[in-house]
Amino acid sequence: MTTVANGVNVQALLDAREVLKGAPEAAQFVWRATSRWQNGVHSTTTVKEFFGLGQEQSHKSEAVFDADHPEVFAAEDNGITPIEYLLVGLASCLTAGVASVAQNRGIQLRSVEATLEGKHDIRGILGVDGDVRNGFNDIKVTFNIDADASKQDIEALVAQSQKRSAVFDALTNPTDVTVEVA
Amino acid sequence: MANSWRRERWDSFRLLTPNWQSRLPGLRYEGPDPDGYMTVGEVVEFIERFAKVSRAPVRTGTDVTSLRRVDGGYQVTTSDGEIRCRAVVIASGACNRPTVPRFNDAVPASVEQLTPFDYRGPAQLPDGGVLVVGASATGVQLAAELRRSGRPVTLSVGEHVRVPRTYRGRDVLWWMNASGVWDQRFDEIDDLARARRLPSPQLVGTPERMTLDLNALASTGVELVGRWAAVRDGRALFSGGLRNVFSLADLKMERLLDTFDAWARTHGRDAEVGSPERFAPTRVPESTRLQLDLRSGEIRTIVWATGFRPDYGWLDVPVVDAKGLLRHEGGVLDSPGLYALGLPVLRRRKSTFIHGIEADAREVVDHLARYLALRG
Repeated sequence: MTTVANGVNVQALLDAREVLKGAPEAAQFVWRATSRWQNGVHSTTTVKEFFGLGQEQSHKSEAVFDADHPEVFAAEDNGITPIEYLLVGLASCLTAGVASVAQNRGIQLRSVEATLEGKHDIRGILGVDGDVRNGFNDIKVTFNIDADASKQDIEALVAQSQKRSAVFDALTNPTDVTVEVA
Repeated sequence: MANSWRRERWDSFRLLTPNWQSRLPGLRYEGPDPDGYMTVGEVVEFIERFAKVSRAPVRTGTDVTSLRRVDGGYQVTTSDGEIRCRAVVIASGACNRPTVPRFNDAVPASVEQLTPFDYRGPAQLPDGGVLVVGASATGVQLAAELRRSGRPVTLSVGEHVRVPRTYRGRDVLWWMNASGVWDQRFDEIDDLARARRLPSPQLVGTPERMTLDLNALASTGVELVGRWAAVRDGRALFSGGLRNVFSLADLKMERLLDTFDAWARTHGRDAEVGSPERFAPTRVPESTRLQLDLRSGEIRTIVWATGFRPDYGWLDVPVVDAKGLLRHEGGVLDSPGLYALGLPVLRRRKSTFIHGIEADAREVVDHLARYLALRG
């Protein structure tokens, strides 16, 4: 067995994979968030409960996220911009993937840093030009990884982490989104 | 005989394996071009010759319409009467039906859709743009041929297997064979389910032994886009993950070539082959389109090269899983006396290649013979 210690319980993940092979209904999760408008473009979103493994689940504690716009947008900057949360999600998802895959492949990590840049033409959201999209035009992630592995093995780690990333998939593939008024 | 080769291949089709590798028990290629690749007609002749050489009691022009368990064995219903038998080997292949993603019904009616079973050659398509979906052997070959016909071609690329046609002067399939990669057994492979789902390698059999990877296609003007994910309002939406499928394929190819080099070194074969080579990474287009308006007239035809699946509609024995694949352990099915051959990585990585069947068949038939002997 591997003797590396990246702190990921890979055995539990591999066991879960085996169990869920025969129980697809237990694999159905629902992630939830609730937001409340504060003032201006400032809102607060809380995350605590979710559903999975056939029952209601809960995080150990409630997490609270403030989102606002920066002062250059004539706002109060009580928190990061909503689109920056996408970078937070992508960075943490890919990093989790790197750690898990490294653990599974017996690669000891010493440090993993990622820098993300999302290019955004705000003429889209301002309605200046109908041909400019609202979202990111592209996202660039640069990993700096110090590990007991060749450059090729590190590149393979990063490639595999994208292949198994929920957020990478959510950003690169279309998702059906329904927005309703209750 | 050789029905799927006669009816379910396009006109320019050639085998991916070199002629010297096309061998069956008691039959090998003896023509003038051992390094060439057989045309469909030559494959049909080869199989017909094998029927003669092996003196197998072949019933041609006979469809099997049902196979079911009965007392003491199986009942096979055919278009030419009933057959009772104690054991059956299913060798109907893994490619009986083309698979097409479900969103194909959202494609506007003005765009023609073809599968590799319908496709014969470029002449049958209307003039104008073609969107080829899938970059395994079929997809890259059809994209290249359609591009050569002068049509604008867009190729939608998901996960794929990149290999050079020749490496260090030898056919890549010589390396697969000699280095033992192809002999890897099903019970030694870490992720067998994945190995069995692997797309066919980006290979083509041409007299020039050309490499047909994505760089080769892009240099002829084929436009690469990501995996086709959905249709929305008549627009095809492609994945933005193209770079990563390039990286995955490039890294896996390098690892395979490392394996070949290590084998040549440790087996003292370096002198008889050329020097190690490394190939340029797959070039990432400066910008890739994430969507394409299917109503604009830019694309007149879609060719679905999105894989194949077996058809067991005739099999009335409960040995098929929820995904429509046979449940088997190295070709032994969970129904006494019932066996399979010729499925992906049935017992070895080479199981679906013509020369790969022999070793599998010996082991499966050994099992079958023991079963019959025990039953008396």
